[in-house]
Order: sequence, then structure tokens, then C-alpha cells
Amino acid sequence: MILDVPSLRLETGTRTFLHGPSGSGKTTLLGLLAGVLTADQGEVRILGDDLTRMSGARRDAFRARHVGYVFQMFNLIPYLSVLENIILPVRMHAERRRRMKESSPAAEARRLASALDIDQALGASVGSLSVGQQQRVAACRALIGSPEIIIADEPTSSLDHDRRDAFLDLLLEACEGAGSTLVFVSHDPTLASHFEQQVSLGEANVAGRTAVSPGAA
Amino acid sequence: MLVLDLALKSLRNRLLTTVLTVGSIALSVALLLGVENVRTGMRESFSNTISDTQLIVGPKSGTIQLLLYSVFGMGSPTQNISWDAYQEWAGHPSVEWTIPYALGDSHRGFRVIGTDAAFYEHYRYRGGQSIELAAGEPALGVFDVVIGSQVAGELGYTVGDQIAVTHGMGGFITHDDTPFAITGILDATFTPVDRAIYVTLEGIEAMHEGWEGGVPPMSAMSFGEGPGAEGDEAQAAPVQSADPADYPPTQVTAFFVGLTNVRDVLSLQRDINEWETEPIMAVMPGLALSEMWQGLGFAEQGLQLVSLFVVAVGLLGMLVSLYTSLDARRREMAILRAIGAGPVRIILLLVLESFLLAAIGAALGVAVVYGGLTLAQPWVESQFGLYLPIQALSQLEYTYLGAVIGAGFIIGFVPAVKAYRTALHDGLAVRV
Repeated sequence: MILDVPSLRLETGTRTFLHGPSGSGKTTLLGLLAGVLTADQGEVRILGDDLTRMSGARRDAFRARHVGYVFQMFNLIPYLSVLENIILPVRMHAERRRRMKESSPAAEARRLASALDIDQALGASVGSLSVGQQQRVAACRALIGSPEIIIADEPTSSLDHDRRDAFLDLLLEACEGAGSTLVFVSHDPTLASHFEQQVSLGEANVAGRTAVSPGAA
Repeated sequence: MLVLDLALKSLRNRLLTTVLTVGSIALSVALLLGVENVRTGMRESFSNTISDTQLIVGPKSGTIQLLLYSVFGMGSPTQNISWDAYQEWAGHPSVEWTIPYALGDSHRGFRVIGTDAAFYEHYRYRGGQSIELAAGEPALGVFDVVIGSQVAGELGYTVGDQIAVTHGMGGFITHDDTPFAITGILDATFTPVDRAIYVTLEGIEAMHEGWEGGVPPMSAMSFGEGPGAEGDEAQAAPVQSADPADYPPTQVTAFFVGLTNVRDVLSLQRDINEWETEPIMAVMPGLALSEMWQGLGFAEQGLQLVSLFVVAVGLLGMLVSLYTSLDARRREMAILRAIGAGPVRIILLLVLESFLLAAIGAALGVAVVYGGLTLAQPWVESQFGLYLPIQALSQLEYTYLGAVIGAGFIIGFVPAVKAYRTALHDGLAVRV
């Protein structure tokens, strides 16, 4: 058993800081939340839907509709431009397109890019961006079409201190603007103060009932 | 649409590999189609070497032997047909026309054929095309000569040139006592006609005037001691009469037969084969040619097999390049998964990429073939006497193209399934 979570509940619109030592199953938990992995036992309810009961294809569609994901690094598809990377989710699923605040994907991407202070790089190729810029582009992509849940898997660990704080501020602000629930994973406890809820996986991952229920019904 | 866009951009991103892969598929497809074209061209020019002739009649021997020396100008007949026998069958009520062929002489390696006006009138090749003169007149007089286009090209002869004729193929005895002069040059036919020299039957007789049992008359030999060797003038020109009546034809080697009514062909063939006066035989050239081609077919099948293998290697090259690129693309797959692309989309992306590579390669291959045909057609014609028709893709060629693209599509599943498994295993975190 890799991960055993008795119970975990995240309310809609909250910002949760998830931390724990490496090997504690942070990435596995995120995989469960994103519907890429399935739990052997128990259930994962997001927005009232039980992911464990869905077929693989429905979980993929669910993720495309409701989840924005930011990796630790290498978030972007190298052969697409910055703009194309950002608008991928709205091309992948119609519901993300409907929830855009602007009329066109490009306009929506520009709005988010300026919110995350990366609009000057929209036309650039991915390879020319710094790591910090890449993470902001990744945040734009996660936020486009206002998904209910943003999952960020150690997005700041490859950034230096100043950039880390700047990135976090922008991300939190944008999440608030989109009304998204944020699950933020980091092994850096100094970031915890930015979040209203903190979950330590070392504590949660104890034997008992395995159910993860992030997001309110 | 999204997946197609991604596939195209991903291929463009790996431009060098894409170009090389497409290039190798294009070349192998071009080879396959090129071989097919050459094969078709060869078969067509082979079976169209002679047309509109119902029967070829010659002394009893093998069918292929008769075809070889009468139509293809290869090998030598062992016997001839007597003039009386030729007359007998030429006058048969079902026979519309005959073209006599008297073989056995050559000029600098090219065959000399004795025939008559019927050759210029009735000889047909490649779907009924007739013999045309590029310059001059048909050889109708005793010392008239008409040469094929290749003979003219290789020996540089023009109308009016005088030539000497050798007895036997490549023999050393020259009939330099007979003043043959070129009266005409034939248009290129891309058949063995181009490599022959045509004289009249009387001309053949005139060449052999005084010869007995294959030995030239003493007067024609340079050690002149026989009759007519008294003076140099007499030796230089012992045969001067140009009156055809002085050289009545005595034999022909073979003759082509055109019938008034094609339905008589089988009965006439049987009558000729069963004729007891002289041992002669008749073959139907169309049938005999296709039989002969089947005998030669193993070579073309070998060629075809090799080009199929080349295509297989081209497709395997694509498989290798797609497969080896997968490791570098695990990150990309994880990103796509995170955005919500399911395994189906990932498989579709990779299958689409290989399909596009194969399809673009196949299309480019077709372009290469047609471009190559257009460029090489005149050269192949002049160099090999092989006419390669530029025509729409045949059913078989469409099948080949479909098979290549289909194979590209199917081969795409190998890396796609691997990527799908890797993506499932990796989830969102690539363990590099």
C-alpha cells in the first residue's frame, strides 16, 4: 500500500497547503485527485462525483473539465507556442471553453497572462522562457476556463526565493479571481502561511478508513 | 482536430527526423512504383513488339526460337522455307497479306532482313502503329537499303550512304561486291525493328549471286583466279544489274501472315502445321509472346519482391524513429494526460503521426515517380529502347499505396500502445 488516507475534506474555494516528506505519497494523492490513479479501496469524491466509480475515459473527461494541473517543472509542450500551450485545455474540452470570461481563447489567454505578468512572452517559443516564466505560463494554462480545482505539485521548488513568493502571490490571486479550489503541494513549510488550510500527509496517512473527499458537494 | 494539430506540430518540431522518415518512405514507394512502371512498360513493349499479325510461319523448330529470330532479331534459323512453299501459303484464300523475312546476313553487327513492300505496308507494332520512314523511300530496288533508327544513330548513316553487307552474323566475309545504298531511314519504334537493316528479297539474292553452298564465287574473293577475275574493274563490280528479274528469290526464312478473317486463324494454323510438302510451322504471336513472357516472369517477380522489401524497410525505419522518440516524449505525454487527454487521444496522436508520415511519404513517392518518369522517359527510350508510358496509377499501384499507408497506420500502434502503457504507468509524474 502506497498511501492510506482515512479522510480528507477540502471545501470549495479554499486554499490548501499539502506538505509531507518525500515518499509520503503526495504525488500519489494528487494522482488520485486528478483521476489518473484509482484508489484500491475507499472513494474519492470531487464536486459530488465519485471518481473511483468512473471509467478511465470519464475520469479523463472529468479532469479536462474540472482540474487544472501545474507540475514542478517542464510543464509545457515544447513544440507549441506559449499561447498554444495556454489554450490547450479549452481546446480539449468544451465546458472549459464555455466558462471563459473572454469571448475567444486567445483573449482569455491574454487576460490570464497579464494577470500572471507573462503577457509579454505570449508569442515566444517555450524554449526561450526562464523556469519562472514557464511556471507562470503553466499557471495560466491551469487557470484557463476557470476549473473548479487547481492542483499544483511543488510548482515553486525550482524557483529562487523572490520568484517563489512572487509566483505564489500571483497564483493565489488568480485562483481567487477564478473561484478555484487550490491544492498546493510543497515540502517548503515557510509557504504554509499563505494558505488557510494545511494538511500534513505524515499525519493524514495513517491506517484507518481510506477516503479522500476534497471539494464540497 | 486538436490531435491532428498536435501531430502536425510535433512532426514539424522534429523536422529532421520527419524529413528523413518521409524521405525514406517516399524513396521506397517511388522504387516500388518505379519497378511496377518498368515492369508494365517491359511487358507492354514486349507483347507489343508485333501486333495485328495473326500468324508467324517458319521452318519447323521451337515456338520460342521462331519468335526470337523473326520478331526479336535474336539467334539464327537453321533452315529456310522454299519460295514455292511461301508462294503456296501466301496465295491461300484466307490470307490477306504476308510479309516475307529472309535472314542470315548482317552489317556491322546489325541484322540484314530481306523483305518486300508488304513490310512497309502491313507491319504493325504497339497497338497497330505502322512503320514510318523518318527520311527517304522504302527499299524496293535490288540495291536499296532502309535502316532502323538505332542503326542510323549508332553508325551515323544518312540517306545516300553506300554500305557493304556481311554474310552470317558478325562474319568476316563481306559482300563488298554489291553496291547497296541507303534509300531510307525508319522512325524509331522502340522494337527490334530499330536495330535491323532492310533490303529486298532480290537484294539478298544479288548478294549471294554466284555463291554455292555458302561459299562466295571466286570472282568476289580477293585472290581472283576464277571466271570474271581477269581485270580489276571486273572484280570491283562483277554484279551490276539492278533488274529484280535477274535475282528471283529462292527462299525466305519466315513470314508474317495477316488474315482476311481472323476467325480462320486456328484452321490455317492447323493446315500449315500439318502440311506434308515441307516441314513448316505457324505460331500465333500474341499467344506465344505471352507464354514467353511468363517464362521470363520470374525476373520481374524477383524485382517486385525486392522493392516490397525496400518498402518494408522504409516503414520499419519509421517505426524505429517513432519508437525511439517516445522516451523523449514521456514528459509530453504526462502533460497531455494532466490536461485531460485520455489514453485514446494519446494513441490517436501517435497513430496519426505515423499515418501522416506514411501518407506524406507515399504522396511524395508518387510525385517522385511521375517526376522521374517525365525526366527519364526520353533517356530510357533512347538508351534501352524501353518505352515507359506515363499514365494514371493502376489498380495495383493504388493497392500498393493503400497498403503502405495502411501499414503506416498499423505500425503506428506499436509506439502508441507503448506510449499508452508508459503514460498509464507514469501517471502524471515522470520518473526519469
